[in-house]
Amino acid sequence: MLNDPAALIIRKKTWDGYFLLALRSPRVARRAKPGQFLMVRVSGQPYPLLRRPLSIHARDEEGVEIFFARSGLGTAILADKKTGETLDILGPLGKGFVIPATAKGKSFCLIGGGRGIAPLYFLARELRAKGGHPRVFYGGKTEADLPLIRKFAALKTEVFISTDDGSLGFPGLVTAMVEKELARSARPARIYACGPDPMMKKIAGIAAGLNIPAQLSLESIMGCGIGACWGCVRKVLRGGSAEWVKICEEGPVFASREIVWDL
Amino acid sequence: MDLTIDLGFLKLRNPVLAASGTFGYGLEFKPFVNLDKLGGIVVKGLYFNPRPGNPPPRLAESASGLINSIGLQGIGVRAFCEKILPQLQGLRTPIIVNVCGETDEEYAAVIDYLNKDGRIAGFELNISCPNVKKEGRCPALSPEHTFSLVKLAKESSRLPLIVKLSPNVTDIVSVARAAEEAGADAISLINTLLAMAVDIETRRPRLANTFGGLSGPAVKPIALRMVYQVASRVRIPVIGMGGIMTGRDALEFLIVGAKAVEVGTANFVDPGASVRIVREINEFCREKKIKKIEDIIGTLKIDEVQASR
Repeated sequence: MLNDPAALIIRKKTWDGYFLLALRSPRVARRAKPGQFLMVRVSGQPYPLLRRPLSIHARDEEGVEIFFARSGLGTAILADKKTGETLDILGPLGKGFVIPATAKGKSFCLIGGGRGIAPLYFLARELRAKGGHPRVFYGGKTEADLPLIRKFAALKTEVFISTDDGSLGFPGLVTAMVEKELARSARPARIYACGPDPMMKKIAGIAAGLNIPAQLSLESIMGCGIGACWGCVRKVLRGGSAEWVKICEEGPVFASREIVWDL
Repeated sequence: MDLTIDLGFLKLRNPVLAASGTFGYGLEFKPFVNLDKLGGIVVKGLYFNPRPGNPPPRLAESASGLINSIGLQGIGVRAFCEKILPQLQGLRTPIIVNVCGETDEEYAAVIDYLNKDGRIAGFELNISCPNVKKEGRCPALSPEHTFSLVKLAKESSRLPLIVKLSPNVTDIVSVARAAEEAGADAISLINTLLAMAVDIETRRPRLANTFGGLSGPAVKPIALRMVYQVASRVRIPVIGMGGIMTGRDALEFLIVGAKAVEVGTANFVDPGASVRIVREINEFCREKKIKKIEDIIGTLKIDEVQASR
């Protein structure tokens, strides 16, 4: 992990409430793995004070991309940044998704809810590069929450779409679509998911029921992102007993069976 | 430029220490700062045994501030000595251990255990964490409890003892004096201010613990006032903290009488903050042709009329 105080915004894309920033930061890019995140400073002033944790959406030689929804003061300020401005970033942070050594020819189930789709693009590309077959399940409240459909389709992966209001694709929760699809298709080697907690809990149940190993990326408010403040903990099994474990340091991705759900 | 500080019981390379609870056990910051450039490191609070801490959410952001209710989650003294200290060996910067206790006896037990360890330069007695007892209760809210606990700790300790005070009191000077009379070698303040935040959608507190401790730039003026009050009324050295983000912030604390400062929440925002603040103090002194940092301590210019208020 390192601090790049001047990652240049080289490209920006805007949808209805969603944003993508491509940042030039070769040193961060070189180290990045799917599922890892950045702590992004949104203001040089003391308000808002804390950096915002954002997962790495994509990576190339030159830099990394972040994809986020405008959901509060911090992301609203970030959304107003323009190409040519710089951002102060820390990263890559945390442990990413575990990719099996032999991904070749295997099928993987990637499930993203809303902005939770962000890290799965980087993962899907990595799985493709290793000869794996990612199938992407992408759900949102409504059609406007799914701006990345074509981007995923361009990877030549299967993309399954759901909306809670039925405006596009499968009508209902993404987890219901996943359940339906898993019931009638070959068992994937692994499930990877990122989204809100109730969705993660549901997926943990589905994965356990079908005995498919699952890797879940969890969200939390974070103070520092580097393990110093102990603010972002979740209940996780360690050596047989449940402990408050730091999401930033030991996550944000956990094996589904380690997570203790008391929602 | 001479940035060294003599606390009497400990000489510091410069007046900037990393504050407990914001710098982990030091190791977390190795990728970002040269730890040897700090005046000192106060490591995260230790109970005798590992401690689970409070349920999440543990953090809420406020205007220029951070409210936390971590609840002193930690690994306990044994793991600290066996796993952490060896990794800090070879460091020139003094390591100060922040000492916690559920009971007065536990404070003494932690000190007893760590006394033998030559790698520790001193203790900071944490009698002021607002997140471990109901409604923020802690020994530092009462001069009487502060006196008896500091006395006990001082009897147990073979190392210098800094006592960290709470701002959640009506008369900070009386608590500081109690600590001094009980034998404290220095006083550090302020710990966080008892605070809360509410989510208006759910009408629930934003912290699982309801209350938390406020830190960050929002608290700096209060911290500065309290450090000034205490520094003018006790003879032992005072270490000031509360919302220090820059060298200029740190200098304000030195001018009102702090002999050193601790940098806390700033470490979360900018992991290089502590060393940057040392550099900024140095630059200021060079600009103003101040040869020794000690020459700036307690130099607040104040009229008699103002002082009598």
